[in-house]
Amino acid sequence: MREIATEVVETDILILGGGMAGCGAAVEAAYWAKPLGLKVTLVDKAAIDRSGPVAMGLSAINTYMGMDGKVTMNSRMPERYAEYVTNDQMGLARQDLVFDIGRHVDSSVRLFEKWGLPIWKDDAGNFKKSGEWQVMISGESYKIIVAEAAKNAIGTLGDKGQIIERVYISHLLKDEKEPDRVCGAVGFSVRENKFYAFKAKVVVCILGGAVHVFRPRSQGEGFGRSWMPPFLGGTTYALTLQAGGELTQMDVTFVPPRFKDSYGPVGTFFLLFKTPATNAYDGPYVGAYGAETDKWAPYAKAKPCPTPVRNYEMILCTKEGKTPFLMHTNKVVERYQKEITDPKELKKKIKEYESEAWEDFLDMTIAGATNWAAHNIDPMEKPMELQLSDPCFIGSHASSVGAWCCGPEDLMPKEYKDAFPAQYNCMTTVLGLFTAGCGVGACAHKFSSGAHVEGRIAAKSAIRFANDKKDYKPTVSDDTINKLKEIVYRPFALYDEKSMYTTMPDVNPNYISPHSFLFRVQKIMGEYAGSWETLYGTSDKMLETALWKLSFCVEDAEKIAAKDLHELLRGWEAIHRLWVAEACVRTRLARKESRWPGYYYKYDYLKLDEGQKHFVNVKYDVDKKEWKIIERPMIPII
Amino acid sequence: MPSFVITEKCDGCKGQDKTACMYICPNDLMILDKERMKAYNQEPTYCWECYCCVKICPQQAMDVRGYADFMPLGAASTPLRGTEDIMWTITFRDGRIKRFKYATRTTPEGSIKALEGFPEAKAADLANQLMLGEPDIMGVKELPTKKK
Repeated sequence: MREIATEVVETDILILGGGMAGCGAAVEAAYWAKPLGLKVTLVDKAAIDRSGPVAMGLSAINTYMGMDGKVTMNSRMPERYAEYVTNDQMGLARQDLVFDIGRHVDSSVRLFEKWGLPIWKDDAGNFKKSGEWQVMISGESYKIIVAEAAKNAIGTLGDKGQIIERVYISHLLKDEKEPDRVCGAVGFSVRENKFYAFKAKVVVCILGGAVHVFRPRSQGEGFGRSWMPPFLGGTTYALTLQAGGELTQMDVTFVPPRFKDSYGPVGTFFLLFKTPATNAYDGPYVGAYGAETDKWAPYAKAKPCPTPVRNYEMILCTKEGKTPFLMHTNKVVERYQKEITDPKELKKKIKEYESEAWEDFLDMTIAGATNWAAHNIDPMEKPMELQLSDPCFIGSHASSVGAWCCGPEDLMPKEYKDAFPAQYNCMTTVLGLFTAGCGVGACAHKFSSGAHVEGRIAAKSAIRFANDKKDYKPTVSDDTINKLKEIVYRPFALYDEKSMYTTMPDVNPNYISPHSFLFRVQKIMGEYAGSWETLYGTSDKMLETALWKLSFCVEDAEKIAAKDLHELLRGWEAIHRLWVAEACVRTRLARKESRWPGYYYKYDYLKLDEGQKHFVNVKYDVDKKEWKIIERPMIPII
Repeated sequence: MPSFVITEKCDGCKGQDKTACMYICPNDLMILDKERMKAYNQEPTYCWECYCCVKICPQQAMDVRGYADFMPLGAASTPLRGTEDIMWTITFRDGRIKRFKYATRTTPEGSIKALEGFPEAKAADLANQLMLGEPDIMGVKELPTKKK
């Protein structure tokens, strides 16, 4: 038996996750908690300096309004933003939540600048917009800067502020007197044999999105080269489901069109450099399939064309055998040569383009830069391949997965109120459980800045909740904590008991390794649920088969063994991914249309059906072990 | 593109309780072999090649080799990260070299005072929609709203 210590941490506001949203939550929570004397605890499975998808850095902030007009172009207001997001998501968005991001997001970006993030400016000192919503940054240290602010803010609380790193959260705690209320979480240190139980008045669960639910395209050394980082295990979604919370749009995964294999970003090439992309025969694929894509009108005909329709053009082109797609980075140079006559100015412009093009990769996808160099491709001289990657669950990008959340009091349509046990912005359908970032569903296009600001919105709202219920004390018995501890370390117990049975512990009939388990889930999802293996197509029959096969995974999840703390981490990540997989398959099964054809489509319902213009939500009843599908209406506010 | 540790250069961060690479890796990949006092990547197939370990290593003992799945051998992207900028040296497979320098930060490390300069929060304001520094910080007079 391994000796495992238990530490019980009592706090008021428990923030789970220290990514962009978590760091935003930390700053805002510290600000409001201080005068109220409330305690704030933030837990991360990594080091917050470099945790979450911004760990590597970013080369642009994709959501900025510029409401004060101090931008090179495209000063925007939240209404236009909500319109844009709704159309990009094929008519389905929680406009109250999106509008809320739009009206607050500039404040986070202004804070980033104050803290030291280099934001590109023009000669007049205005932020340089590269598109309708994007501002360019030199963002190698973006996360370090945002994390420093979070640590500093928590530090001002003295002994009432606490950051605990390298602890993986495995379960939420429910109150034993109020069984519908979340009042904490448990998890384990990945560095020492120590089990943590956190008891809190309110929980803000911001543990990110999920990758590796679908199978990545590279499966050898490149297994980890998912576009979104491989450390996103879907814990936010899994824990919300287990707590009885409602998730929305779990079918609407994002399929990133990117530079092939390395997943170097394309946004700056399209928007800032106006780089042409073609099929393999130098012909257009963008806008080339109107006869087919017009069936997705009115959304497909609006400008800009929605991401899932642009992706669908790539799918149609692939079906015609006209790949590889090429991004003609070299043609930008050719264009400058035509446009600029002064040789000195031309040289300067090309040099600037070269530096900015490489920075775009080096700030956020270094593999993209190395991949150019490894293939002897100088982007100034030759084009590079594009491809659609594996689907990921990312509620903050161009997709809508996440929890069904309460909106702000002045924006949320009254029709949504009944879903929530109390009206607090960013609270899920479970009392005391808040989320943000990739956790809030039907609220796409937040990106890094919107995730940060939504973390702040959730934190302020959570503090209000805690303050409104000052006298509340969580009730969780030692018995419950001990039972969860046994479950959390079950993979150790199984390994210790059975591993000697075979001469090589990796293959053993009594258990399965986390990695092998994950491979099985990914194979099922890839082959049946609409991923790159089938060119993103699926059907009810395929999905029913996926569900049947996943049901064995549900049983085998109890047979995951782990030899050490690192494998224990992988084991729990794999279990959380399984929950995400099942929620996705059930939602895709319930939706009898193909609303987002470039994210996934159904062979048996290959059309847009405006009769189904509603949100498809999913929830799970832990006691009855029953899944339930719920339809929620689309209520526009603009 | 998994990270690797150059045997000769790694000193295991001189036997501290954790190495710099262990501290920073977002995916818990780096581990210290205490007998050899050398760190290594325990699970290269889960590496996102974010270079956090390469950038933080005090010995410059870490580098990254392009994923064997799709990258021909011989290329490298090598960072040298300072307090306000980062310099990258790109080595092509055919030996060409390019060098770029980019800003990373406009303020000194450790200088952020996140809540300083803002009025203290008041419990009465919990009910409104305004957050830290708003609306002034956004350069607008009031927060946009939408009458239902």
